[in-house]
Amino acid sequence: MDKKITKESKGRHENGSQQETPFKNLSGFHIKSLYAPEDISQFNYETDLGQPGKYPFTRGIYETMYRVKPWTIRQLGSLNSPAEANQRIRQLIQMGSTGVSICLDMPTIMGRDSDDPLCEGEVGSAGGVAIDSLADMRSLLEGIPLDKISINFVSNSQSSVILAMFVAAVEERSFPIERLTGTMQNDILKEYQAQKSYYFPPRPSMRLTIDTIKFCSQYLPRFNPISISGYHLASAGATPVQECAFTLANGFTYVEEGIKAGLSVDSFAPRLSFFFKVHNDFFENIAKFRAARRIWARTMRDKYKAKDPRSWMFRLHTQTSGSSLTAQQPENNIIRTTIQALSAVLAGTQSLHTNSFDEALSIPTPRSEKLALRTQQIIANESGVINTIDPLAGSYYLESLTNKMESECYRYFETIENLGGVISAIEKGFFSRTIADSAFKYQKKIEEKKRIIVGLNEFVEDEEMDIELRETDPEFERRKVADLINLKKSRDQNLVKNLLNEIREVIQGTDNIMPSLVKAVKSYVTLGEIIGVMREVFGEFREESIY
Amino acid sequence: MKNEKIINEMVQKLLSGDRRMAARLITLVEDEAEENHEAMKQIYPHTGKAAIVGITGSAGSGKSCLIDHLIRKFRQQGKTIGVVAVDPSSPFSGGAFLGDRIRLQSHSSDDGVYIRSMASRGYLGGLTRSTHDVIRIIEAMGRDIVIVETLGAGQDEIDVIHIAQTCVVVTTPGMGDEIQALKAGLMEIADIIVLNKADLDGANTCIKNLQASLSITSFEEGEWVPQVIPTVAVASKPEDIRGIDELVSGILEHQKYLHISNALERVKFERVEQELGLIFKDELQKIIFKGLKGTGKKKKYIKSILEGKNDPYSVVEEILGSYLITDGERRNG
Amino acid sequence: MTQGKRIRILIAKPGLDGHDRGAKVVARALRNAGMEVIYVGLHQTPLQIVNAAIDEDVDAIGLSILSGAHKTIFTKVIALLKKRGVPKVLVFGGGTIPKKDWNGLKSMGVGEIFTPGSDTSKIINYLNRTLKRDKNV
Repeated sequence: MDKKITKESKGRHENGSQQETPFKNLSGFHIKSLYAPEDISQFNYETDLGQPGKYPFTRGIYETMYRVKPWTIRQLGSLNSPAEANQRIRQLIQMGSTGVSICLDMPTIMGRDSDDPLCEGEVGSAGGVAIDSLADMRSLLEGIPLDKISINFVSNSQSSVILAMFVAAVEERSFPIERLTGTMQNDILKEYQAQKSYYFPPRPSMRLTIDTIKFCSQYLPRFNPISISGYHLASAGATPVQECAFTLANGFTYVEEGIKAGLSVDSFAPRLSFFFKVHNDFFENIAKFRAARRIWARTMRDKYKAKDPRSWMFRLHTQTSGSSLTAQQPENNIIRTTIQALSAVLAGTQSLHTNSFDEALSIPTPRSEKLALRTQQIIANESGVINTIDPLAGSYYLESLTNKMESECYRYFETIENLGGVISAIEKGFFSRTIADSAFKYQKKIEEKKRIIVGLNEFVEDEEMDIELRETDPEFERRKVADLINLKKSRDQNLVKNLLNEIREVIQGTDNIMPSLVKAVKSYVTLGEIIGVMREVFGEFREESIY
Repeated sequence: MKNEKIINEMVQKLLSGDRRMAARLITLVEDEAEENHEAMKQIYPHTGKAAIVGITGSAGSGKSCLIDHLIRKFRQQGKTIGVVAVDPSSPFSGGAFLGDRIRLQSHSSDDGVYIRSMASRGYLGGLTRSTHDVIRIIEAMGRDIVIVETLGAGQDEIDVIHIAQTCVVVTTPGMGDEIQALKAGLMEIADIIVLNKADLDGANTCIKNLQASLSITSFEEGEWVPQVIPTVAVASKPEDIRGIDELVSGILEHQKYLHISNALERVKFERVEQELGLIFKDELQKIIFKGLKGTGKKKKYIKSILEGKNDPYSVVEEILGSYLITDGERRNG
Repeated sequence: MTQGKRIRILIAKPGLDGHDRGAKVVARALRNAGMEVIYVGLHQTPLQIVNAAIDEDVDAIGLSILSGAHKTIFTKVIALLKKRGVPKVLVFGGGTIPKKDWNGLKSMGVGEIFTPGSDTSKIINYLNRTLKRDKNV
């Protein structure tokens, strides 16, 4: 403790000189004034880059990249009520979106039903959909052409239940579930590290994740059962290199857990996908994507002995940085988002979500959302950057930065290894502490103007600005709660009890929980009821104090 | 300065169990307010009845988690609880980050549990003295058990934990925590040694090491031999949590031993002896510095020491000679 | 080191969402400004917050709310403080709270509201000024 404070306060003095900061990227790497051949003297095209679509995939995971099919434009399509969200998804399809992300409201995220007293005032909050039962899932998906659009559920701790409802709803429509595409975020490790929407201790949560991965590899072969997310780590304050290293470390942890659970690595690794944030530093971001692809490929092949080249591919969804948006001079955010989106495209992302410029102030308006979507279409159709694959390869600066990003990641892997691996490091509070440290340092830099954000701490204008939240409609909450109470009353209570008991028994053992969940949700057992039983069996998690 | 009557009203409310009053009186102690003396005078007669349990161990050893379990168990037995959780103040800003409640918040809607986070500050009278007072206040509230939690880093905190009648030292396997604890002298004050996270690799070796270090110490007949209790305070499933009942009975057994063996009298005697010494030292220093204030003498003394003309020992002898000792010397002479 | 009064602040994240970046940054900044910060973390109910504030005899309660449930939460916390006989504890808030709600919140008794991106020095100055307590006597 004392030592830590000493270091921090010493740092304060060292940073007294301001000159260096502009030439450091967000990860804190020193950037030289000029890069030349000697900076990549060990560079070997075959082993360091390889052709696109070939090991180690530094230049991109597909041979043809955007020449044949541009990235998936994946925007957010959620609103508080499932029926409204359904309308929104239809609109997005019409505007040319090929993928859609569904966010959940806070009660659903926390595994609670809308009628739970703890949820008062939060039903349908923050632009997320309230999903209590199969009825809600059915209404969310009604009439959506599941073969034309891939759905990404931003669902984590509750993923097993959401997946069960998704499967049940799709089966009702006699759509063959083996043809389902899409993604379940389902990344619980980052919940403990950053997003903090956990219920149980890490180990039982991991068991649920592995159950869903197993279930998907058997029944939903085209569906991504997990999207390992650095985005939230970065939003909580992780620097780009921390985001990259921690996300990869999490990815390897899922691989190890899958293998431990008896799966062959090639049976599930090809369906692991990732989710990164693209922040303000243009080249740093590109280096991050390229380093991540290279590290993943090498480790999957050499350490985990994956044979299927698809297991080596780091498949990536990207979102521009919500935390880079300012409430001041909000139109500036259009430019920020454009630069970030361009960087993500030049770095070879598989799908992209561009933020709306007014997100620091409110839930986006239809106008700002359309602008965000058009940004991607302009990059794809007008800028010409997609005409050739990985146009920046061979740049002295970029390749050197990619190498640096890679070697720094390995340093973090070593630290995590020394702490006993990711789960043990979570239990020791390592990630929370590191990320909170980075967030605090970033804030200090902004306040001391060592990092300039236009309109926020430089080129500031006197302006009236305001935050506008989409009202959580009290009528909606009342209606949702009333509907749910009615639904609960209309069920066969004995059946519900038996189904919950079955779930209790299965989770106390080691069998896959998914079949029992699918069976239970079909009889309208609710999300809150299922998670409630799990809380009783697994217990609840509270994080360590971080200082 | 608040007058005696106001203090008296506050103390009366405290004695009726009013937690708001406890909280305010503790703030008076923490702020070293002048009213504190009067308050403590009135509170003192109503103290000395609670069982005082000290729990110490390094950051990350899981102390708060264990305390969380202990509170639950003791509450099931109908006992009322007070907790004082001490964390270090920043030596630079004097501020502090007090995070122990994160683990204990589920008890904050229970009237039978009073929890107070306390920063180590740079108390003039030392952390130990303020902790004595804080414990007395919680005792006066009528709590059956007072738990004091510290990091056990440094002599100051070891002294604090020494106030406790039953001292629990928490360590974990690996990382050489138990070696550190041995070195720091923590084991010498332990009545119960908890090996938390006993589900981790190396736990068995660690228990053997701890038991070995105890076996080379000789205990007289009838003397308390420290217990080593393995626990798992956090587990993937509630049924994997281990050792909590054993810890509770260990604490109760030690309390029983104290009563039967008359050791309690000794512990209480030592507590008051330490308290008296601390207050004496503190007050004496205050009186002397007060006497020197405004005379310019203090500065002169310090300068003379710096210039090599004098040394601190001679200065103290000289000052004490003129202020206090004279009376005694006269009698002796 | 220092004798005398120290400002004590309770920082909590009420409600369901887990975005604690802001709460942690503020907690740390307040500590570095010489205050004692009692951090109770996530998912706190108004009753838990008020009971902790009473036990800890804090001068102020800072609530970080990003879920849009600010009206419900502040109303409950302030009502409970009154009911429990500690109405003088200062309550302030941060997070995504629209300006149009500020007047209502302030007339209800919320001291100040800080939007995302606020300098931590602004919060520190506000607390020092409002609580008028001498940090280093």
